[in-house]
Parts: sequence; structure tokens; C-alpha cells
Amino acid sequence: MDILSLHELKKYFATQKAVDNISFNISEGSIFGLLGPNGAGKTTLLRMITGIFYPDSGEIIFNGKKFDPLNDAINIGYMPEERGLYKKMKIGEQVLYLARLKGMSKTDAMAQIKKWFVKFEMESWWDKKVEDLSKGMSQKLQFVTTVIHQPKLIILDEPFSGLDPVNANLIKDEIFNLAKNGSTIIFSTHRMEQVEEICDHIVLVNKGKKILDGTISNVKQDFKENVYRLGAAISPELLTKELFEVVKHQPEQLLLKLNTQKTSNEVLQYFIQEGVHIQSFNEVLPTLNDIFLTLVENNGVTRKFQPVN
Amino acid sequence: MNKIRLIISREYLTRVKKKSFLLTTLLVPLVMVGFYAAIIAISLKGSDEKQQIAVIDESKIFDKEIHSTDKSISFVIIKNETEQSFIKKYKEQGFQALLSIVPATTKDTSSSNKMKFVLHSESSVSLSTMNAIEELINNTLRTKELIANGIDPIAFDNIEKNVLLENIIDTQEGSKKSNAGITYAVSFACGILIYMMMIFYGTQVMRGVTEEKTNRIAEVVVSSVKPFQLMMGKIIGIGAVGLTQFAIWLVLLFMMQMAIPFIFPDLLQQANNAAINNQENTVMIADIMQGISALPLTKIILSFLFYFLGGYLTYASLFAAVGSVVSEDQQEAQQLVFPILMPIILGFVIMTKAINDPNSSLAVFGSIFPLTSPIVMMGRITSDIPIWQLALSMILLIGCFFFFTWITGKIYRIGILMYGKKPTWKEMIKWAFAK
Repeated sequence: MDILSLHELKKYFATQKAVDNISFNISEGSIFGLLGPNGAGKTTLLRMITGIFYPDSGEIIFNGKKFDPLNDAINIGYMPEERGLYKKMKIGEQVLYLARLKGMSKTDAMAQIKKWFVKFEMESWWDKKVEDLSKGMSQKLQFVTTVIHQPKLIILDEPFSGLDPVNANLIKDEIFNLAKNGSTIIFSTHRMEQVEEICDHIVLVNKGKKILDGTISNVKQDFKENVYRLGAAISPELLTKELFEVVKHQPEQLLLKLNTQKTSNEVLQYFIQEGVHIQSFNEVLPTLNDIFLTLVENNGVTRKFQPVN
Repeated sequence: MNKIRLIISREYLTRVKKKSFLLTTLLVPLVMVGFYAAIIAISLKGSDEKQQIAVIDESKIFDKEIHSTDKSISFVIIKNETEQSFIKKYKEQGFQALLSIVPATTKDTSSSNKMKFVLHSESSVSLSTMNAIEELINNTLRTKELIANGIDPIAFDNIEKNVLLENIIDTQEGSKKSNAGITYAVSFACGILIYMMMIFYGTQVMRGVTEEKTNRIAEVVVSSVKPFQLMMGKIIGIGAVGLTQFAIWLVLLFMMQMAIPFIFPDLLQQANNAAINNQENTVMIADIMQGISALPLTKIILSFLFYFLGGYLTYASLFAAVGSVVSEDQQEAQQLVFPILMPIILGFVIMTKAINDPNSSLAVFGSIFPLTSPIVMMGRITSDIPIWQLALSMILLIGCFFFFTWITGKIYRIGILMYGKKPTWKEMIKWAFAK
């Protein structure tokens, strides 16, 4: 079942079509990656999903019903890219306040806060102020405030920026945990290696338009270029132009691109017949980074200000 | 509704719990009472320092001795010296100043101008000393003239009249003696207090909004509540802090006034002594008491509360809008705050005029026009204001509050999530009236 469906969402600002006719669905319990270069319209899109902005046109269906920002606030946790907490407020009071603003009762909120503070070893922080925390610590705190009310939909905008590998892993494990327990996670970033590791489904936006939508393996299949890596020492005279083109030839391995109509089996057969000792053979799929760069660079990465009609 | 209450209580509690709140709330009345006590103490004691003034009387207006009416000043007539010769010596001989009276060089008909009076001193002489000396000379000269013209000076004093005009206010509760000074002081104090509280708490709202914006907490909060709820929660919470502070001050001031006799036991004694010595003081104290009781205190307190709340709420939404469009740069905030401060300052200026002439057309206009009415109306409050003016002023203020809150809410909604460039006035007006 889809927890969130966007239908032809539009949001125009005075000088930009920030979000221009975007539609996609997110299924419940998945980890969804929203990708795009800076200024692609990700934040505007997320702000509409969190109810901060109203779309100019289009429809948001949340949990089977038309999205109602006021009543659905309890079901959504949003961690904006620019972290925000009251610097002078005590940490315990702050988490309690934010949880109650979401609509939790005081007792429920306290029980959840205890659970999370123990889990993240933050019990001693209760009476400290945010200004006493390091960047990484306040990041952890921000994550806790985002998920404290057990939202169905968790929106994380660049959750790992500023975290060291230990804490990044801690948060990553929690993200997997939350997804396993039924929460849906929207993960917005432009760090592709994290997306490959974490997300099931991705959407790529650029200049306010959706330019890619699919699961990671599907996307990679769609963008593969029939490149294979052959682990073997091959003498130059064996390189035939009939089956493949050489992408890169190194002493211990060969990168090759299949010619059209040829299969990988034909290549393997050829090298076996030639008596080559093959150690490994595998397809090289493009990384998301490659796909991202191809798609975005073709379109021109920098957004121009254009008048909106 | 529940959420806005949460916001109000956070805004209220974080401010009230701060040490600085406690400090200013307690210190201000202490300082005020201390100041007040110091003024009383000083005025009762007078100057401790005895002043000795040398007099070189070449015109021979004084007899052998000069009897000073002021005990702290004594005069010694110096003989066998001239102004020029003694001017270098008076300091060494222990005199604070040298008064020289010489015949005037120019020909003039009036008696006082036949002489020239000069007071030499090393530093400027206090006004009270100058007055005492002038009075002494005037009295001496007058007595001489009276005698010279064959009039008994005692008979003349009896003829001289000093009429005191009493203003009695007739109300249903009976007649009360009015005191123009007290009326003036109370009007002025109310006006200036509203003026200060509006600016002080308005700026607090602005800073709070800017803090939320630059800390980026606003984005987290507005994903849970409407921006309008956040804005109103802040405004109401801070307004409640203002009322709390005000209430504490009233209680404290009352308590301190009661406590003064215990803190300065000899103060009352001195006041009594002064009263015995000089009847005018007792009359004055009685006048003050009667003047205060003649004031419509309930009306003043209720109007003060209404106009403080109305004025604060109207301006607070404007301050919130300014806070939402600026970023860290304080200079930007100052530029934008200036147009908001203008009508407040204008109100203050009209108020000072309205106290003297509460029914002038400027005062009436100022007390009805909602941007100046909170301050100006307080300046008129001790006078008899027609009911229709009071009602119109209140209705307009409430209407103005709703209108401002409505348009500034829209500016706030957009401003709080905008970073980077400060919007222009044109853009802000566009936001305000956008659908």
C-alpha cells in the first residue's frame, strides 16, 4: 500500500518553478530516496509534504486520505537540512516540548524520551542546553526529536551531514530499524553512496521536474552500458574488435564493452577457447553517482532564474 | 488550541524562569524606591556644607551685619578692601565666594540698577545659593526703599496678598480637591510607562522571532503547528510576561512604600521636623494625598490595562513581522523597525501636549487614532473624556489589532522560512495582501 502519493504537484515562486508537475508514490515501510542537485526543488517538495507550504495545484494523498497538515502532523516527523533547536532551552524540556507540539500527551512523551535517551546514551544531557553540545551531539538530538512521536512517515533531509562514522552508523541502524517496524522514510540527499546503501526506491528531481523514478536495481539496469570486468592477464593480440570494445586494459584485468547483439557468454567462450585463465568475470553496473552526473549534466546543473507565466 | 497554549506557556516560562527577569523585576522597584527615598532625604537635609561668602559692599546697602535666612549660608562684610584687591585673597581666607556690590557706572533710574552685583567664585555657584543671595539683596533693598518713602515694612507685608486658588471637582461621590501637579504626574507616568513597555516587549517579540528563524527551529515547529499559531503564541506569551512583571512591580512598590519608615526610621522624624519648621510642607503633603484620592483610580488602572494590551498586541504583530524577515544582521532589523517606532514616538510627543491641554483637537485625534491612542489616551486619562471618544478609540484599537495581525501573519508565514536576501517593502506588501 502507498503511504504517500503525489499527483501533479506544482509550486511556483516569483522567479522559479520550484516544483513543476511532480508525481510519485511511496509504498509503506520503504526507504525512499529523494535525490537532486542543489536547488532542484527538493526542500520545497518536502515542505509541501510536511504541510509547511501549500501546493499551487495538485494533490497529496497521505495514508489513503487527502493530506490534512494539521491533523496529520502527529504522523510525520521532519528533520530539515538546516538543523534547528532552541539554543538556550534545556535539552530534556526541549524534546518534551517538541513532542507535545506534535500532539503527544506528556506521559507518552516522557516514556518515549526515556527510551531514546537510553538508546543513544543521552541520559546525562537532560539538564544541559543545546549550546553546550557539539555539532554531532546536536545532530543526534535532532534525530531523536524527529522520531520521538513514532511517526508513520519520517522525512530526513541530509541526516548524516556533520556526523562522524560511528554516529552515522548509529543513525543508519536506527533508520533501518524504524523501517523494519513499519515506518516509511523519505531520505533526501545528494550523497549518492549513502543512497545506494540505504534506499529501496529513488526519485531524481532536477529543475523542479522528476527525471528518474524507480528501484535502485531497476535504475541501474536501465542505465547499464554492457560493460564487463574480466579478471585475467590477457595479451594484447587477443583483443578482438568483433565482440567488444576495450574500455581499459590493465595487466591483471580488462574492462570491455559488449558490441550490440553480442552476449557475455560469447565473450567468455572466446577467452576460454583462447586458453586464458579467468579469475573473475562480472558486469559493471553504473553507480548512482554516474547516473546522477549523466542526467544532471546533460540538463545543465545550474538553475537559471526564469520568469513564470 | 491546545498547541497554542503549549507555545504560550513555553514563551512565558522560559522568560519568567530566567535570572535576568527576576533581577530586573526586583531591582527596578528597589532602584525606584531608593531613588525616591534619596530625593526625600536630600531635600530634607539640604546641603550640609556651610558656605561663607565674603561681601564687599561699596554701595553701603547693608548695615554692620547681614542676617541670612538660609542657615547654610553666612555672610561676612569685608572692610578696607576693594573688589580688585580682595579677589585674589578670598579663597585663602576660607570664603567660597565673593559678592561685590559697587555703584553702577551707567546712569539708570531704577534703584537696583544703580548698583552692580557680582558674585565671584572658583566654580559655578548652585542655583539655590544664587536665589538665596538674590532674595537677600531684594529684601534689603525693598526695606530700605519702603523706609525711605515713609512706609512701615511690617504694614507692607500685611498688605501684600498671596492668593491660593483651589480647584474642587464635583462628582457624585462628593467634592474632591484636585491637584494639577498630581494629575500631570500621573498622566505622564502612565503615558511613559505604556510607551516604554510597548517598545520593550515589542522588541522582545522581534528578537524572539528572529532567534527562531536564525536557529532554524521555526521550520521544525511549523511542521507541527500553523505559523500563525506560533506567532500568536509568542506574542501572547511575552505579553503575559509583561503583565506579570507589571503586577509584581505594583505589589512590590506598595510593599516598599509601607516599608520605608522601617528602613529609614529617622526619615519620618525629619519630615515632621521640616513640617513643624515650615508649614508649607504639611499643606503640600495633604494636597498630594487629596490630589491622589481625587483621581479616578479604577478608571486609570482599567484603561491602563486595556491600552497596554491593545497597544502591545497591535505593535507586537508588526514587530513579529519585522523579526521574521530579517536574518542575523541587526542593522537590517534597525532599518525596518524605524517606521514602526515613528508612530510610537509621535504618540509620545502628542501625549506630552495632551497632558497640558487634554481637549485640544490634536489630543483628541491622537487619542482616537489607533497607532498613537494607547499613549495619548493615557495622557488624557485624568481629564474628563467623553464616552464616545473612549469607545471609538477602543473599538478602533481592537480593529487595528485584528487588521495588523491578519496582514502581518501572512508576512510572517513567508518571512520565517526565507533565508538570504532581505525582502523589499514592495515584496512584503505583496505577501501581506496575497491570497
